[in-house]
Amino acid sequence: MTVVEAPARTPKPKVDKSTDFRQQGRLAAYLLTPTMAVLAVVIGYPILAAIYQSMFTQGQGVDADGFVIQGDTFVGLGNYAAIFKGDTGARFWNAFYNTTLFTVVCVIIEVILGVAMALIMNKAFKGKGLIRASILVPWAIPTVVSAKLWAWIFDANGIANTILGQQILWSTDGPQAKLAVIIADTWKTAPFIGLLVLAGLQVIPADIYEAAKIDGANAWRSFWSMTLPLVKPALLVAVLFRILDNLRMFDLPAVLIGFQKPSVETLSILSYLENSNTRFGPAAAYAFLLFLYVMVVAYLFVKLLGADVIGDARAKTPKAPRRRRALVAKGDTP
Amino acid sequence: MSTPVDTTKAGTASTAAGEIPVAPKPKSYSMIGPYVGIVLIILYCLAPFYWMIVSSLRRPADQFQTTLIPNPISFQNYIDVFNPSNNFARALLNSIIVASTVTVLTLIIGTFAAYALARLDFPFKNISLGIIIACSMFPGIAMVIPLFGLFTDIGWINTYQALILPALSFGLPLAVWILTAFFRQMPAELEEAAMIDGCTQGQAFRKVIIPIAAPGVFTTAIIVFVAAWNEYIIALTMTNKAEYRTATVAVTFFTGTTGRDIPFGSIMAAGVILTVPLLIMVLIFQRRIVAGLTAGGVKS
Repeated sequence: MTVVEAPARTPKPKVDKSTDFRQQGRLAAYLLTPTMAVLAVVIGYPILAAIYQSMFTQGQGVDADGFVIQGDTFVGLGNYAAIFKGDTGARFWNAFYNTTLFTVVCVIIEVILGVAMALIMNKAFKGKGLIRASILVPWAIPTVVSAKLWAWIFDANGIANTILGQQILWSTDGPQAKLAVIIADTWKTAPFIGLLVLAGLQVIPADIYEAAKIDGANAWRSFWSMTLPLVKPALLVAVLFRILDNLRMFDLPAVLIGFQKPSVETLSILSYLENSNTRFGPAAAYAFLLFLYVMVVAYLFVKLLGADVIGDARAKTPKAPRRRRALVAKGDTP
Repeated sequence: MSTPVDTTKAGTASTAAGEIPVAPKPKSYSMIGPYVGIVLIILYCLAPFYWMIVSSLRRPADQFQTTLIPNPISFQNYIDVFNPSNNFARALLNSIIVASTVTVLTLIIGTFAAYALARLDFPFKNISLGIIIACSMFPGIAMVIPLFGLFTDIGWINTYQALILPALSFGLPLAVWILTAFFRQMPAELEEAAMIDGCTQGQAFRKVIIPIAAPGVFTTAIIVFVAAWNEYIIALTMTNKAEYRTATVAVTFFTGTTGRDIPFGSIMAAGVILTVPLLIMVLIFQRRIVAGLTAGGVKS
């Protein structure tokens, strides 16, 4: 099999191609317009509005001549500059540190637990339905409810202290509050990662393990050099989404520990509190910085680690066959 | 119900294929190891949830009991939840209205986009999909703050639309993502056959794809509903009157009858009420939901 003529565009019937393509393009434009229009309103507009809003400050101030100013004052990048000095800056960097810490620690624990769970589930012969059902329970519980549940478990007179035989005041400010948030977050999402990794594991054919065993690989080695690389695509996407989810963490610390608790204040909470205190400018500035942070992390993740977020969508795009033309013909299978 | 046979196969192809178990290792430890692991996983997932149920079934006076089975069992907490001061019934209704509307709107709009992304050839397809997925990564607060300003100006604070519209920002990308994966799993021959029989691509979509995709759309509906039901930050920001709070926000405003004590018993009862309907749905359709959740990330 050699490729001489243009390869068949995989899934399409043999209609006249150029009209077909144009027709499909028009149909696609119609079908995509509603989605894109909604996203422009609920995401596109807020980004631009946040940038604009972040350049103003609100409330009373006194101008150079001693007159009281009311309403919005243009300060340019003043709200951003403020994060580098004084109390505002300290509070911002604390929130930045908490956000990053929660993200890194939670995701690492969740990945380890999730992969372990997936490996165990993959070995299970009986009770698959029961495991899958129990794994979906933490996922289906609303975050706020799980935060309240853990607040109850970590109550001063709660079950956690009873079991530990300690009198830890979990919900007061301090490292124990951070730990409570991390435990609660891990409980809710590690099973979910397990589920995604399990799906990745299940597409690995069993015979490669047989082959590895014949070649003398032990369990650890076959996990490290076969299983892990093979589930890597599924795992990377799961990890990326977990990272981005944790970077915007709000419900859990806010409900489990509370507002105005510096030890668990994340960027989202800081921005929310500024907004409630009618400091809309700084609130927008923090929200926009969080947005930039998320974008940078997502970009690095996709570029450096090659997380394939679009997934197999790419395999069937019109470009793919053209790229494949250079390669050995593979028939019609994508 | 003749066609859904094919659909089931298409929808759960990845799961079904994955059910083939990896060959067991005939070593002694690996016979017991997995079972211990399975018990641990189930305990891990269910123990806190069990504690929520148990705590909700104690008498309010027994709140700090630590027995594993409440003694005596009491439904007083469930009665307290609906105490008018909590406004929980109204909040529940609000949650149902908001989450259902978000789900329906999302599915109507998202199905079109997903079909285009899964089945059509057109320029900027990767970019379109990339934009939609990037939107799902958007931090909620960065949307809520500017929209709060806008909604204050146009008088939308304490309205349903102020809760529904922003929720589309996460519902829509989620739905498009899962639906695209579902549509892609369906055999292309279906449309080809329809088009050879004289359908246009649009007709093929309406008359062939939509009916067959119904189970996938339904699964997506559950997943989007769960996400919308979970929503907190939008509902917290866009409302300041108890009548417009959704249930997730209302739960955080529960106050005890005695004032100082946090009424954890009734909060746990509210949590059970908020969770159990979802769990029943999720457990009935667990296979499909797992297929839906994993569809985007796994290439099968």
